[in-house]
Amino acid sequence: MKKFAMAFGLLLIPLMMSAAAGGGEEGGEQNGHGGEKEGLDVGAFIAHHTGDSHDYVIEIPFFKYTLHLPVILWTDKGLSVFSSAKFKGDNEGKVVVTDKKGNKFVKIHEVIYYADKVKDNPHPNVFDFKSRPLDFSFTRNALAILFVFLILLVLIYFTRKVYYEPDKVPRGIAKFIEPLIIFVRDEIAIPNIGPDKYEKYMPYLLTVFFFILLSNLIGLIPFAPFGHNITGNIVVTFVLALFTFILTTLAGNKHYWKHIFNPPVPAFVKPIMIPVEIMGMFIKPFALMVRLFANMFAGHTILISLVLLIFIFGSVLFAPVSGLFYVFMGFIKILVAFLQAYVFTILSALFIGLALAEDHEEEHGEKPELANH
Amino acid sequence: MAISLAAVGAGLAVIGAGLGIGKIGGMATEAMARQPEFAGKIQTAMLITAAMVEGVALFAVIVAILEIYS
Repeated sequence: MKKFAMAFGLLLIPLMMSAAAGGGEEGGEQNGHGGEKEGLDVGAFIAHHTGDSHDYVIEIPFFKYTLHLPVILWTDKGLSVFSSAKFKGDNEGKVVVTDKKGNKFVKIHEVIYYADKVKDNPHPNVFDFKSRPLDFSFTRNALAILFVFLILLVLIYFTRKVYYEPDKVPRGIAKFIEPLIIFVRDEIAIPNIGPDKYEKYMPYLLTVFFFILLSNLIGLIPFAPFGHNITGNIVVTFVLALFTFILTTLAGNKHYWKHIFNPPVPAFVKPIMIPVEIMGMFIKPFALMVRLFANMFAGHTILISLVLLIFIFGSVLFAPVSGLFYVFMGFIKILVAFLQAYVFTILSALFIGLALAEDHEEEHGEKPELANH
Repeated sequence: MAISLAAVGAGLAVIGAGLGIGKIGGMATEAMARQPEFAGKIQTAMLITAAMVEGVALFAVIVAILEIYS
């Protein structure tokens, strides 16, 4: 127990150190602005730690290294590629970067804008797509996703190797992976899609399950190369939900489409039901996207806020309380990591299963199974 | 002012979600006590419904967060 507590304390140090460092820098700048209180800008700090970034900062005690990732932009004049080191860590729009084609860029809160279009505006609107180029940068989340894939490849490679020797009990990492695969098959795929059609969708369900699970768990370890809020990024969950939407739409049989465009209801209800059914097609994956994003984003925000309480109160005496809350929330987050992977997979399976379902006329009419009794 | 209003909104959303999830949990426990042989199925249905309720509550929380950041 002592060892565990020490290990957990060590895990917390990098986050606290970066909070202290951030407090120093940003506090100084705010004094320059003159308006706000001295100390840490909590909102900006949380946004920086839960959001995506063009730099990959490796920060462990007494060591800090910034890996500058490439910035890839699609501008009015075409493709533009340069290193994010050119921004010199600036996030306030003070450093203007000129690329080879003569475009001028500034970076404000990890979003790149055209310098001349946001000149007099320190808080430009992120959704104003006229004042910013299309950003295809290889960000730290992209790097973290590749890292998750690497872990997944290693895990699956060693699991797969075990089954080359037939009639042997799984050993090593397969002991851990096999129950999860069986769980996805027996508890998620078969009950929701059906025993004769589930096999086609197993690869997708397993990929999604393990990807979400690993990304969630990696986000809970607060130091490099872990600690990325991958599934707490709405773009990532959007793509995952898009896959489910495409699969559901492609899987849809004629009963599925009949239920959408010609539902079995009285004629005067149809003008209401058909738009609702069509909206439902899009709302289902939209809810999947928001659920996963909001859960992970809210969880990370709560964890960072708990650590930041020490700096908000400005006293070391608050550290044990904050630490205890952090441990408590950490355990809940481990549960949530598994639960959200499970919920996303089971709902995907459910939607696919609904699209594949045969017409159940017997449910509308008299029940044949009752007649047999 | 915007931040405190957003906090009130988040609190209201939590009241709704708490009532909903509490009701799901209570009914599911009752159902499991009455029909222990269907405990597995009830649990799955319970988790899915809880996820739906939570999803709606999180919509509200996200709106509150956006209000704070904007």
